[in-house]
Amino acid sequence: MNATLEATRTERAWAVLDAVPDPEVPAISVRELGIVREVLDHGASLEIVLTPTYSGCPATEVIEQSVCEAIDAAGLGPARVTMRRAPAWTTDWISEDGRRKLRDYGIAPPGPTADGSAPIRIVGRRAEAVACPRCGSAHTERLSAFGSTACKALYRCVACKEPFEHFKPI
Amino acid sequence: MQASIQLPTDPLLQYLLRIGDTCLILGQRLGEWCGHAPIIEEDIALTNMALDLIGQARGVLTLAGDQCPQDYHEDQLAFLRDERDYLNPTLVELPRGDFAFTVLRNAMVATWLKLLWERLRDSSDAELAAIAGKALKEARYHQQHAADWAVRLGDGTDESRRRCEAALARLWLYTPELFEDDAIDAAARASGLGPAASELREPWLAEMREILDAATLAPPAETTFRSSGRRGVHSEHMGYILSEMQYLQRAFPGGAW
Repeated sequence: MNATLEATRTERAWAVLDAVPDPEVPAISVRELGIVREVLDHGASLEIVLTPTYSGCPATEVIEQSVCEAIDAAGLGPARVTMRRAPAWTTDWISEDGRRKLRDYGIAPPGPTADGSAPIRIVGRRAEAVACPRCGSAHTERLSAFGSTACKALYRCVACKEPFEHFKPI
Repeated sequence: MQASIQLPTDPLLQYLLRIGDTCLILGQRLGEWCGHAPIIEEDIALTNMALDLIGQARGVLTLAGDQCPQDYHEDQLAFLRDERDYLNPTLVELPRGDFAFTVLRNAMVATWLKLLWERLRDSSDAELAAIAGKALKEARYHQQHAADWAVRLGDGTDESRRRCEAALARLWLYTPELFEDDAIDAAARASGLGPAASELREPWLAEMREILDAATLAPPAETTFRSSGRRGVHSEHMGYILSEMQYLQRAFPGGAW
């Protein structure tokens, strides 16, 4: 066996994780979502290090389970998942492929995150410009600050009249 | 019936419980709005914020449980303590009231928690610092949302303003407790676990004044009344919310689905 031509176990695991969908936003994989921090080969087992998205995200446990099942099914297991909270996950870690797939799915991807230490602006705040994932118009308005999952808000495109979801930058 | 668990009286553990219980009890109160909010967007918002708070409570209570010699699980801490062992400030256990009351309380608590999480990012406990790094992002969003509504309702119709003024007059009575230091705060500050309560008072007042100014509301005068939930001495409302939360685990020990 030529080691330089054969993908290593961890490389193969990364490829598997590229096909494990996020349970709440199945258009993108957990790898594209940017929650996979590391894959560690311990010989007897494979350790997948994940960073949770939101403190209360109910998908976290499902993700753990589907990651383990996918690695085991690919014959790379046994796998175990460990959680790493710091540094906190940010939407800046969503890959370019992930952003494109979100848009194709009808979800406006997050813009760059704002300065997390800036004071909250109460008056005179300009709404964040979010382009419609369907027609591309920047003429959109927010309907709801919160949406069907912790990570999204609801918008409407004034140009094409379609409602859409926006992945909140955090 | 499942018996209550007993906790060691370690001030650093109690410091964690004050934080975790604040998130847990306010999360429960916000969850009560599910199906009852005035508009569907707010039904979604309040339950989403409840979910964030429950997630934060889980993180902090898991950490607290690890520090007990009995190595308690987060669920044991959430569901099997007696009322006096919950250390949240009274403010968060008050019944949810009307929407103005919920909005103004959320503005107060989110502002307070945001300032607390900011400081806890530098905690001597790496796990608490990690929880804070995540929770801070959520608290900022909650504060923004609550402040937007406070302005809309305070500077709104005669009716919305009347309700905001009534809610503010009642809620303000319970805020001095958030900033009163005791031996638990002293121990947390000395060990580097987190700030003493009083350290957050000035920045909290400054941010609340800004929100209330924008809402054309005035902060009420301070009174001599002091609530005492952080010492485990709660209002009459605490027993009711705990009985609702604990019923299942008490009646069916270890029940899961």
